[in-house]
Amino acid sequence: MFWTYAALLLLVFVTANVYGRFRAMQMAGNQLSALHSRPSYHGGYLAILAVLPASVLLIVWAVIEPRLLNTLVINANAQLVEGLYKPELQAFLRDARAIAFGGIVGFSDAGKEQAAEVFASLARISFYLKTTLILALVAGGLWYGNRSIHPAMRARHFVERTVMGLLILCSAVAIFTTIGIVLSLIFESLMFFRKIPIMDFVFGTHWSPQSAFEGAGADHGETNTKIFGAIPLLVGTMLITFIAIMVAAPIGLLSAIYLSDYASTPVRAIAKPVLEILAGIPTVVYGFFAALTVAPFIRGWGESIGLSVSSESALAAGLVMGIMIIPFVSSLSDDVINAVPQSLRDGSAGLGATKSETIRRVVLPAALPGIVSALILAISRAIGETMIVVMAAGLAANMTVNPLEAVTTVTVQIVTLLVGDQEFDSAKTLAAFALGLLLFCITLALNIFALRVVKKYREQYD
Amino acid sequence: MALEMTTDTLSAVDTTVSAPPAVSPDGETLKMRGRDVKVFYGDKQALHGVDLDVRKNRVTALIGPSGCGKSTFLRCLNRMNDTIDICRVKGDILLDNDDIYDPRIDVVELRARVGMVFQKPNPFPKSIFENVAYGARIHGLAQSKTDLEAIVASSLQRAGLFEEVKDRLDEPGTGLSGGQQQRLCIARAIAVSPEVILMDEPCSALDPIATAKVEELIDELRQNYTIVIVTHSMQQAARVSQHTAFFHLGNLVEEGLTNDIFTNPKDQRTQDYITGRFG
Repeated sequence: MFWTYAALLLLVFVTANVYGRFRAMQMAGNQLSALHSRPSYHGGYLAILAVLPASVLLIVWAVIEPRLLNTLVINANAQLVEGLYKPELQAFLRDARAIAFGGIVGFSDAGKEQAAEVFASLARISFYLKTTLILALVAGGLWYGNRSIHPAMRARHFVERTVMGLLILCSAVAIFTTIGIVLSLIFESLMFFRKIPIMDFVFGTHWSPQSAFEGAGADHGETNTKIFGAIPLLVGTMLITFIAIMVAAPIGLLSAIYLSDYASTPVRAIAKPVLEILAGIPTVVYGFFAALTVAPFIRGWGESIGLSVSSESALAAGLVMGIMIIPFVSSLSDDVINAVPQSLRDGSAGLGATKSETIRRVVLPAALPGIVSALILAISRAIGETMIVVMAAGLAANMTVNPLEAVTTVTVQIVTLLVGDQEFDSAKTLAAFALGLLLFCITLALNIFALRVVKKYREQYD
Repeated sequence: MALEMTTDTLSAVDTTVSAPPAVSPDGETLKMRGRDVKVFYGDKQALHGVDLDVRKNRVTALIGPSGCGKSTFLRCLNRMNDTIDICRVKGDILLDNDDIYDPRIDVVELRARVGMVFQKPNPFPKSIFENVAYGARIHGLAQSKTDLEAIVASSLQRAGLFEEVKDRLDEPGTGLSGGQQQRLCIARAIAVSPEVILMDEPCSALDPIATAKVEELIDELRQNYTIVIVTHSMQQAARVSQHTAFFHLGNLVEEGLTNDIFTNPKDQRTQDYITGRFG
């Protein structure tokens, strides 16, 4: 139904657009110079007036109608639904709707039949009302627009202001979604911190939320607050991130230097996209590469020199994650190294510096802030990475800095806390939100820091 | 001979070639000589066989309309064209008696002897001191910190910048005004003790007062250095140079004493250019 109206409105839009142009040209006596705005703006003006109010109405109606109908039906059948629990009430409404509009009915009874009749009649009223209103808005818009088309009319200003409004609306969607996500994280975390003191969470050193809590017997309802310490997870995250950066920073940076200053144009044209393919490999593929290829290899190597390596080790996850973030480091560093003006390289070469002296003493110092911010972005990416560590790092919350042991990370624990059937008001699942908030704060801080460094860098050459 | 082949430097070449310095018909020493210099950018030929001499301790100005090849020729003199992949240079360019395109010549040593100042001031994003010390450091010219400080101070003095910056040598070179930056770049070039200084429109990004200072400086530098300057300003060429070469469409049209070129040009094209009829 909604889409029929949408299609009709689209048709009106196109027609009004064409007619508006024609009308404007006609009013101007086919003299383009007599028009304040180009004919296409007049077309846009008429089309917007005809369609925009009706579209808004259509969307608002589509959002409000189902709830309004439910409320009205419940009020009309107050005696029937009295004393029903929420799920029962929902089932009742669902069946009534199914009887009225077609669909699979659970079981039907007189009450539901009665409610269904109310539904059907209300829906009929709603349909007529909606159609009338939309037609009235379209006709009114067309009439008003048609009347006001005039060579001197500032149609361009109107159209451009409307388009600007549309752009603002779209960016607002992205911003409000972000705010919504952050708020939901904060509220769920607050519920968690009501059960577990925030200090026990942030500074606690023991993490085993799957084990005893909401204990049995006499202690039922008590939550053990001492098993939600996030420190072991942070240590694991940092350990893996550190290994990843140790891999990605030198390889990424050196390949960026090669690509930007040494590689010939054909080599660069091939090597850079190939390097960036690394960024396009799904992380789950990296994950099983880490778990099935790298981890056994490291264990075998460790055994051959007499070290005990667990089959899921921080080293395996860190190495593979390092490979994954190489393209972030190399691509961003390549960009900032290229942004160092050629005039500085020429100036250095003109003084008799070799290429490597120029790179070490002029190009890299000049690009350093940009390189640092590239590294920080890569770090925040590594901290938030989930799939590789889920598959290769393990679940045991060991507090260790030995890369050969299994560790776990914040992201892995969020996954394990929320996978499967869970009740969403226990401390265990709420802990996932608190971890999410913690992770968000860390990566946000890193990103802000990186952006500040980049900003400082930009000011240097402008 | 085997020993000389292993040391790939100009000094080694110097010992093998000990011809007396070339001299012009009017008795002046020729520092650099270009013979039939042709330059190609890919398929496009930018210079069509240029013969041009650069006299020692003189300022030689290269003038001509945009795209005439004067900057291209300048950049051949210290092989800055090497950094452009598609650029090929044919012909001979001699510095004293050494062919600078000889494979035995180390381009790094060449550029230490033939320094360059660019169109836009391009100080490194380092302190004023580090900017000037840069060349001296990479060529190992200073034995100690005191040596280095002496080199920096004397270079800044010769560039006429010392009095203005002596109290803030630690501040970034990019913080100076445009004219100061350009004199800093000249000081930077001097610090390497070059024999020839190439200047590619060194005043085109400067205001008239800064330009006057740089021109004054160029005139003083002539005592110790050989200077080649590309300029779009004929007044500037007349003011600072002793010799002028006029380029047009990749050809050297005319060269001679600046005074002669500006008062009594032999070629009609030179006449047209200096009187402002084209260019």
